[in-house]
Amino acid sequence: MIPQMRSILNEDGSCAEEFLDLVPDGDLVAILRAIALNRVMDRRLMTLQRQGRLGFYLTSTGEEAVTVGAAYALRKDDPIFLTYRELGALLWRQAPLNAIMNQLIGNTQDVNKGRQMPVHYCFREYHIPSVSSPVGTQLPHACGFGYAARLLKTGQVALAFLGEGAASQGDFHAALNFSGVLNAQAIFLIRNNGYAISTPESIQTRARSLAIRAEGYGIAGLRIDGNDLLAVVQAVKEAAERARSGGGPTLIEALTYRMGAHSSADDPARYRPEEEAQQWEQFDALARLRLHARWRDVWSDTMEEEAWADAEKAVSQMIADGERWPPPPVESLFDDVYERMPESLRTQKEEYLRFLREKKK
Amino acid sequence: MAELVQMNMIQALNNALDIYMQRELNAVILGEDAGAFGGVFRVTEGLQQKYGPERVFDTPLAEVGIVGAAIGMALGGLHPIAEIQFADFVFSAFDQIVSEAAKYRYRCAGQYSVRMVIRMPYGGGIRGGHYHSQSPEAYFAHTPGLRVVIPSGPYEAKGLLLAALDCPDPVIFLEPKKIYRSVKTHVPKDYYAIPLEKATVVREGRDATLVAYGSMMEVAREATLLAEGEGYDVEVIDLSSILPYDLKTVLASVEKTGRLVVIQEAPRTCGFASELLAEVQQRAFTRLRAPLQRVTGFDTPFPYALEEHYLPDKERVLDVLRRTIEF
Repeated sequence: MIPQMRSILNEDGSCAEEFLDLVPDGDLVAILRAIALNRVMDRRLMTLQRQGRLGFYLTSTGEEAVTVGAAYALRKDDPIFLTYRELGALLWRQAPLNAIMNQLIGNTQDVNKGRQMPVHYCFREYHIPSVSSPVGTQLPHACGFGYAARLLKTGQVALAFLGEGAASQGDFHAALNFSGVLNAQAIFLIRNNGYAISTPESIQTRARSLAIRAEGYGIAGLRIDGNDLLAVVQAVKEAAERARSGGGPTLIEALTYRMGAHSSADDPARYRPEEEAQQWEQFDALARLRLHARWRDVWSDTMEEEAWADAEKAVSQMIADGERWPPPPVESLFDDVYERMPESLRTQKEEYLRFLREKKK
Repeated sequence: MAELVQMNMIQALNNALDIYMQRELNAVILGEDAGAFGGVFRVTEGLQQKYGPERVFDTPLAEVGIVGAAIGMALGGLHPIAEIQFADFVFSAFDQIVSEAAKYRYRCAGQYSVRMVIRMPYGGGIRGGHYHSQSPEAYFAHTPGLRVVIPSGPYEAKGLLLAALDCPDPVIFLEPKKIYRSVKTHVPKDYYAIPLEKATVVREGRDATLVAYGSMMEVAREATLLAEGEGYDVEVIDLSSILPYDLKTVLASVEKTGRLVVIQEAPRTCGFASELLAEVQQRAFTRLRAPLQRVTGFDTPFPYALEEHYLPDKERVLDVLRRTIEF
């Protein structure tokens, strides 16, 4: 049986009173502002990429109810294992914009020392482990972390994001099966946005739901409206409470839509009709949340204008600050491979630095 | 004076794990059949009974899950010790090892790192055919960020495993299963560690340097005795670690002998021996008196009925030593 898609927000922005406490008014406003910031960053950074000032970028426009909502529903010290499309989670965790920009550029100020492509974030201070490109490898990590949390009694719950494409990987199967058996304090949150680059969901699986797989692992599973912030918050809160109290992991399938391209190297016009994205606009995460906030009477035109203006200003400042810094020094290329640099690598470093010195003469 | 006990390699490894589990309360052991049963080779025998099923446990049958979950456990503050039942089955976890464990520290500039040991029996000589005999060390030795450690006997197994367990980097620990039980030696009962990245000259000699690791050390010793009978004085080095490895000790020896033979049971092309030969010829070129040589398995899949032809033995090594010294 295909699980029903759970949603809370009605078409007119209203919702049943019992759900209002999920996100109090003040938080709702803060979330709207975070989504506005997410959108401005996506637009401005994509432009920066087009201008050749950024090597690569990847937007998450349209999926912010999932990314911000999940981070909102968790404890601040719950690790979030990201893919490359969850900027909203970082913004909700208050990772400084400068730190994000420094990663995107890979400059001297980047806490990751410019080691990875843009959007491969890692901010331990905010409990964000390192993003990598192979799809799905983060899933067993969330399982293992969730097991460690149980053994060490830290009370943490590990949440891993994934796209629906990653659900085709062997790592997905291993992670969910192990999590069930090990009773890991973990949540697996699928952003089912319809596409893995150009490949539609229908080619990832013949099944009509991904959430249904939970049954096969003996764990909780549910399917939610991923553009409905309250539905996301409710599902993640419920899953986190279940995990923290020893009730086991949860698989959540959040249905959403990738409004933009896969990445700066992609052109969706080649594989999907433009009308499709347009049709989604009215059901978009921001549109729906705005309507809800207006229904609650906590969001005005002035507040909306302010949110966009503030975001533009913050992003301009962030870009200007980030671009001031040069790439990391060449010596740092050889650091952090091991805790201590081995003799063999020291030799390679010395030989290369000598070459550079002699080249300059 | 440390108390010595007779142990085979299985017992020595078990003893090392026991010492570590007792000391490090965050250490956990996981693997297929590694819990209640104590592992198919019995290396973890008795440990679940002693440390409980939360610290020593069986996993579902999926190597990618074992390694992937172990990485997450390390990120979450545990010290995982993962067992892969046979090195031949590690490849489904290859992505997790080379893309994740090996690169974690580097890619986030040390904010997180993966402290873990992945143990796996490797190598031929047990009539195991393709999938219970291979020596995959070169795949891992080609991956910066990993350590690849291979003990050659019970004493080395315990000391190196304890060093690996105390090491903050991810370690691939390859155990030569052919000599798991065949050799017993005196092993100190208490904690001791043999430094990683450090080769040992196990026999001094003037005429040639013979380098090996793991089960091929036994072959090296046998060949050296045969060579001695023919009047050749061979220096033997146990490499112990092949990533990072101790080039200095090998170079010092070759500068003295002028000749080098490296043994590996893995296939020849792009094996670890090739790497060692390349470094030595570059750095000791003017001291060399003969072409550098390898004795290796062949560039075929590991055979079943003909494995004794595939594996380097003392006769093949002697033949190459002879031709190197008489060059």
